[in-house]
Amino acid sequence: MTQPQTPPPPTTAGTDIVRFDQVSLHFGATPGLDGVSFQMQAGETRVLFGAAGSGKTTLLKVALGLLKPDSGHVYLFDQEISNLKEQDLFDLRARVGILFQEGGLFDSLTIAENVAYPLLNQRVLRAASSGNGHSATVAERVLEALNFVELGETLEKFPSELSGGMRRRVGIARAVVTTPALLLYDSPTAGLDPITANTIIALLLKEREMRNTATIMVTHRYLDGHLMANFSYNSSSGKMERATNIAEESATVKFFVMNEGRLVFDGSEAELQAAEDPYVRKFLRHGGA
Amino acid sequence: MLDFLKAPVESFQDFIVLSFRAVGNIFRSPHYADDVFQQMDIIGVGSFPIVIMIGFVSGVIMAMQMARALTQYGAQGEVGQIVSVALVRELGPLLTALLVAGRNSSGIASEIGSMKVTEQLDAMRALGTDPIQKLVTPRLIATAFMLPLLTIISDFVGLIGGWMIARYLLNIGDSQYWTSAWQILVPNDIGQGLIKPFVFAIVIAMVGCFYGMRTTGGTQGVGKATTTAVVVADIWIFGLTAMIGRIFLYL
Repeated sequence: MTQPQTPPPPTTAGTDIVRFDQVSLHFGATPGLDGVSFQMQAGETRVLFGAAGSGKTTLLKVALGLLKPDSGHVYLFDQEISNLKEQDLFDLRARVGILFQEGGLFDSLTIAENVAYPLLNQRVLRAASSGNGHSATVAERVLEALNFVELGETLEKFPSELSGGMRRRVGIARAVVTTPALLLYDSPTAGLDPITANTIIALLLKEREMRNTATIMVTHRYLDGHLMANFSYNSSSGKMERATNIAEESATVKFFVMNEGRLVFDGSEAELQAAEDPYVRKFLRHGGA
Repeated sequence: MLDFLKAPVESFQDFIVLSFRAVGNIFRSPHYADDVFQQMDIIGVGSFPIVIMIGFVSGVIMAMQMARALTQYGAQGEVGQIVSVALVRELGPLLTALLVAGRNSSGIASEIGSMKVTEQLDAMRALGTDPIQKLVTPRLIATAFMLPLLTIISDFVGLIGGWMIARYLLNIGDSQYWTSAWQILVPNDIGQGLIKPFVFAIVIAMVGCFYGMRTTGGTQGVGKATTTAVVVADIWIFGLTAMIGRIFLYL
């Protein structure tokens, strides 16, 4: 079981992968984002907590250029995307993998076709894989990505034939098949039983272990963030285990809390646990960790 | 004061923008020929049986009802003219468009609406595909191509329905029926009989896509989008048939 072999696009250490500068977006009178500013660099992980409707998904969609902000500036790989045309955004999005909250799998396509979709439709990736053996390369990468999420046997099935957890894993395979420089996970464990949820988190840790990809993960579960900050994936046992270098690992994992479109907390896990804001503390209490 | 007009005006503006982008995509790559042919099959071949049936029945009804009135003036032999003009100018395009709108505006709205609420449209954009290019433009091309063809078939089958009544119930000769039916038609009739379905096709495809892409609120939203698409498409078809008919009166 290996992660797809294509080398990741170059991301210079110290370069901002994502930067939000006073970004606001309103849906009518409802604030989606309200003056949000943050930046993250290669290899960093952000865990984003917030109540339903607090703007978590909106933040991910704005970061990807799927929604345009009303004001402020959004930079993706150091390029301002707030005013880019859709056609120009496609090439930048090819360097980002995303797992949608609802999965976002195309229900009329097979699992193999779903995972192959970004390889066959993203202009820069299509150009990169054109030439001799093109289709074989795509098929191999699809199989590698599906083996990565341990679903290599589902190639010809349709999404409706899979369970919720399996669909989420296919979504992860589709997100990582392009070996992106940034991964966005929107509620990867929402609605799943604890065992399946932990399997999903183990996959995210496995991906991070292999490629150290910059990651933003939206979640309701404190436990998800705690695992990301303190655990690593043991490839020989195939299980999560407490990281030996917790201090080092925790330094790259930061926590955000959102409330009504505003970023009300930005800090480490220790700072989160010490927070006194009652809204922020709600996410700790429910975690039970 | 005019705030109540804001939402419909904005909707209309969005509709026009979507329509222009869909048409503009016809001349821009990538082209999704497979999707166009698939939609032609769904919209054209799929609508074929119901269009044939309604076309035939409208010809039969027209011939039977008109024959009664024409008999009073001793003009029963002219039934072919009445059936021909009414079907080719008005009823063929109108009935076919209403049927295809009921079948396909709703189908398009529900399909695209379901994709919208399950984030498949966002996924498409995130994975390098313009949903307007991939979903809207193929449906527009397929409907604009298939609806005029379906209308021609519907007109012809309607004329056959009228001929069967003329021959077996009214005892009118075959050549009398077909000659009168053919000779009454002038280029103006055939022109509007073909332009109408083309315009209706644009309305059917674009209204279905527009309401599909605006769907919000889960499965209930999909149902609402579907119903709204059919009602709005039908209203547009009624309005446009009157307008085009009026324009052709002056040509």
